Amino acid sequence: MGHSNWPEWIYVAVVVALLCYVGAEAWNIENLVEHVPEDAEVIKVTGQQWFWSFEHEDGTKEIGELHLKKDHAYKFEITSKDVNHNFNIHEYVVLLDAVPGQINTVWFSPNEAGEFDIQCREYCGLIHYNMRALLIVEDV
Amino acid sequence: MVLELKKARPVWQIMFSTHHTDVGLMYLIFSILAMFIGGAMAIALRVELFAPGAQLIEDSMSFNRLFTTHGTTMIFLFLLPSASAVGNYLVPIMVRYKDMAYPKLNAIAFWMIPPAAVLVWLGMADFGWYANPPYSVISSPAPAAEMWIFGLKVLGVSSILGSINFVVTILKCKHPDLSIGKVPLLAWSFLSSSIIVLAAMPTFAAALLMLLTDRLGATGFFNPAVGGDPIAYQHLFWFTFHPEVYVLVIPAIGMMYEIIPRFSRRPIFSQGSGIFAFVMLSLVAFASWAHHMYATGMTFTEKTVFMIGTLAAVPASAMHVFNFLATMWNGRIKFATPMMWAVGGIALFFAAGAGGVVNSAMPLDFITHDSYWVVGHFHLFVFGTIAFGTIGFIYYLFPYVTGRMYNEKWGVVHFILVFVGACITFFTQHILGLYGMPRRIYDYPEIDSWIQMNALISVGAMIMLVGMGIFLANLIYSSAKGKPANLHDPFGLGGKYYYPYEQRNPHH
Repeated sequence: MGHSNWPEWIYVAVVVALLCYVGAEAWNIENLVEHVPEDAEVIKVTGQQWFWSFEHEDGTKEIGELHLKKDHAYKFEITSKDVNHNFNIHEYVVLLDAVPGQINTVWFSPNEAGEFDIQCREYCGLIHYNMRALLIVEDV
Repeated sequence: MVLELKKARPVWQIMFSTHHTDVGLMYLIFSILAMFIGGAMAIALRVELFAPGAQLIEDSMSFNRLFTTHGTTMIFLFLLPSASAVGNYLVPIMVRYKDMAYPKLNAIAFWMIPPAAVLVWLGMADFGWYANPPYSVISSPAPAAEMWIFGLKVLGVSSILGSINFVVTILKCKHPDLSIGKVPLLAWSFLSSSIIVLAAMPTFAAALLMLLTDRLGATGFFNPAVGGDPIAYQHLFWFTFHPEVYVLVIPAIGMMYEIIPRFSRRPIFSQGSGIFAFVMLSLVAFASWAHHMYATGMTFTEKTVFMIGTLAAVPASAMHVFNFLATMWNGRIKFATPMMWAVGGIALFFAAGAGGVVNSAMPLDFITHDSYWVVGHFHLFVFGTIAFGTIGFIYYLFPYVTGRMYNEKWGVVHFILVFVGACITFFTQHILGLYGMPRRIYDYPEIDSWIQMNALISVGAMIMLVGMGIFLANLIYSSAKGKPANLHDPFGLGGKYYYPYEQRNPHH
């Protein structure tokens, strides 16, 4: 309004530059993260009210517990039998919705032996708060 | 400028009035009531989460019903009506018209809200405020879900009617001598947010009907068991409700544009950049809805598109912050209660926006998604920014509405308590999210860090509760027994120059 506004435009330019940096970096990292290794073993994950079941490539089935080997790549094929769930291993930043009628995939490679929590992160009703499972990573 | 209550009138005269200040008063009282009801629910949730195990709430279903109703109440029954209250009071005055364009429609839009509120409050649905299918179709108990759907339907219609009224009032009824560029930024904020409502709300109206017929078993739009697509609902929902965030935040920024220049005793730094940023925000509001859905199994390209759309909202928001700071720069600032709320709101707005950038970056979203980080993040927006602006504006309007002054000292105490409480609660929630606690859970395992942070969050909530109790007492006591306000300059800022909308209304 009648006065010079150049500081504002410099400020906006700085903000836009920062955002470009964040966006480019995110694009880059997501690209790396989504690249599934070819030797990844497929684990079928099924969520249903209110527990998780797993099926290994060799047909072994597990409920509420998942045994995996250290330093080995795994690809999860996640689906649901009833309502939406969300398969989450927080320590390894594995997180994806389990949607009925749809298979979502995400991969990871545990680099530490031990026990980790698997939980449901998408509201799914009465026992959502306790829809948990245990990931056991074994040293081979 | 006396907006209201020049002399005592019987209640029914206000209730059946269609005058914009009477409707505004009803909006205001209703929204404050809803705020306390929704706040009580939040307190119950925080008491329950104070420690692992059942504290106050017996079973998880009651907890789920409470958080759903808390969210629905705060968004649809507190924030939207409180914005309408401010718009009703000030928009006609700012565009120098005698009333809203359609006074009867205005009253109807208000009176649709209480019945809808009753439906939501009596029903207590349990599916979260987003009602995601297939849970909401096949699993959620009736009749609560149906009551929620009908309640939201009515609220959506009310919101559309109110928006039509604002758009017509501002564009068609403004004084011919007043060019659109000179319309105060508060009125501009209502123009922008109303246009967003008109563009966004019909989508949700359609989704609600589809949800209802799905529940009745007549259709299967969102039910995968009969070939439907649950993700389609999420697209429809967020296409309405991401822009809806802007519908809430834009009027709050407009309120800050009213408060900051008055109490800085300077004109706004740049009216032009304020208008530009409002228009920008209204456009980019529609470019980012699916950033809520990265985890539904979207492709890399989809995620990239919506990340860019989300980041595009940041420069416009940053322009508002710049405008506020540049206005305050070198100003003779008077930190009266409304100014404190506005400045506190801007600080939290900045923090919320920074958190939003983190969420929008694809790989980081997979850490924060559906965790307590998100709860902290959007509370910084809806409470830290929008409710702060609104509460500040309630203080600002108070002398004009009641003709009396609120108690300044208790107003400041209220601000300090709520600001401190909000920082403790919402910033800790961010950290708790990084430690992996999911949202919408009734109970949590005994993990030390989770227990400590949950206790801290609940303490923050209690501090806010004390502050809000003081607010309520201040409002009630001061409207009956407060000092009569000097209506030409209630805040002692000196000089009429700082109240530009105070020019005589030619039609009054």
